[in-house]
Amino acid sequence: MKTADSAHSEGPSAFAQAAELELRSVSKRYAGQREPAIEDLSLIVPAGEVCVLVGPSGSGKTTAMRLINRMIPISGGDILLGGTSVLQREAKALRREIGYVIQQIGLFPHQTVAENIATVPRLLGWDAHRVAARVRELLELIDLDPDEMRERYPSQLSGGQRQRVGVARALAADPPLMLMDEPFGAIDPINRAHLQDEFLRLQAQVKKTVVFVTHDIDEAIKMGDRIAILREGGVLAQYDTPQEILTRPADSFVAQFVGADRGLKRLALTTLSELNLIQPNGLRPDESEEGSMRVPRETSVRDALSALLTGGGRPLTVIDPDGRVEGLVTLTLVEQLLTRDHADARGAS
Amino acid sequence: MALAHLAATGPVIPDYASQSSSCVVHNHLFCADWISNNWSRVLWPALRGHILLCLVAVSIGFAISMALALAAHRYRWIERPTILLTTFLYTIPSLALFELLVAPVGPNVYSAEIALVSYTLLILFRNILTGLRAVPAEVLDAAEGMGMSRGQSLWRVELPLALPAIVAGLRIAVVTIIALATIVYTIYDAGLGVPIHTALGEGPFKTELIAAGGLTILLALLADALLVGAQRLLTPWARARVS
Repeated sequence: MKTADSAHSEGPSAFAQAAELELRSVSKRYAGQREPAIEDLSLIVPAGEVCVLVGPSGSGKTTAMRLINRMIPISGGDILLGGTSVLQREAKALRREIGYVIQQIGLFPHQTVAENIATVPRLLGWDAHRVAARVRELLELIDLDPDEMRERYPSQLSGGQRQRVGVARALAADPPLMLMDEPFGAIDPINRAHLQDEFLRLQAQVKKTVVFVTHDIDEAIKMGDRIAILREGGVLAQYDTPQEILTRPADSFVAQFVGADRGLKRLALTTLSELNLIQPNGLRPDESEEGSMRVPRETSVRDALSALLTGGGRPLTVIDPDGRVEGLVTLTLVEQLLTRDHADARGAS
Repeated sequence: MALAHLAATGPVIPDYASQSSSCVVHNHLFCADWISNNWSRVLWPALRGHILLCLVAVSIGFAISMALALAAHRYRWIERPTILLTTFLYTIPSLALFELLVAPVGPNVYSAEIALVSYTLLILFRNILTGLRAVPAEVLDAAEGMGMSRGQSLWRVELPLALPAIVAGLRIAVVTIIALATIVYTIYDAGLGVPIHTALGEGPFKTELIAAGGLTILLALLADALLVGAQRLLTPWARARVS
């Protein structure tokens, strides 16, 4: 699912930096509150990976994120970015090294798109030429025409464009870490899916370490290399890959949070190209089972299952991007996949 | 010849006996020749003095209000006592305030400016503070999260975004003070109030009253237009719309 668009990854990357993030027994207590907001939270996000913090309201996911760039002071434990404690850094200097994207975006309404994107480079004292070149590069990266968009004000952009400018602004000084707090939360579902895909394409290029907060488990599964599920009181319930969380939820809370349809969600993580397709004996590459629906190999198993059920169980023909037949997929094949995963899950627990 | 004569007569009282124009002699409603004859001796000095009184009053009032508003923006408790004090000042009848100040300060320009300044504070303080507080929370969060200091956030983000509210306050204050400065004459001999007062004592002759009153109105309109123009120049973003 998270494949780089190779057409965009040419030349040396202008987004070289990514750093490992480590939370060590982090806790946060607010004065006058008996229950901690975050309790003994430890996790490591490897450099260049997307870690999604997800959980119900009151689970402290946004608090945990804001502890990292010290927007909220930490009560206990330590946070290391690239091996250095963030507590030893001056807060302003630290924040200039961490990309920051929030749900309401927070573009400066009195500044043009170019000025907005230039915020951190200017704070860092870059010269005008370098800033202008960087703005152009970033606008191209997010697929906005620099000459057309540079001088616009945020009020002249669509919601999706504003969101992309917000991401570009966060990327401007090539930060080793990006914090994103429900960045697509205010976008309608259709544009949301589009922006999610676009961000994944972007991330495949820039390969930042990302901490991504959402309350939406589907978004977490889609965006995360790893997912940290928090429960009320800021306790880490499970920290794992989406596949593992769906296959082997740590406890009933996680199982309930990921939903009763976690089997289907897991199927959405696998594409047909990962299956051992049934070889169509005697068929020429350009032929297929008569009347069978043809689906590209990038289709998720979940969508394929849906198509199989819709078609009354008739096998589907899987084709590669050039239209050649790769094999057939049947209900039995999907069933085998489920049985195998189920066995894996049992064996582990 | 007539000009030289009038210039010599001092107080502007229509001179029925001498070479005054027939318009002046017959107390027509408005005599253009009286204006041109008295511009440099009566009207221009009054206008210049009026502009100076207002400019100084609004400038000092703005500086004080800005300092108080910035303080109240940071320390919330400052707001209530400031509102109480400035509202109190604003409600004192203007004639009374001018007279009250004469005893401790004297019948001079200081009394005049203190009174005028005190009437700007409520308007300016409220508008500046409202403008600063209206900056969206997410914009402040983004500024802080990107590593701006408090000062950088204030100068680069908060004050520019508060500008429309600040200018709105300035417009009200300027027009108010231009009108109010016409009664400065009661304690200090300056401003357009001087010819207005003189004219009120001139009985049927109305030209001086109309001229001085009209100048006051024109000055207010011009000052307001200048502020609107300045705001348009300074806030191009406020006019930007989806093209």
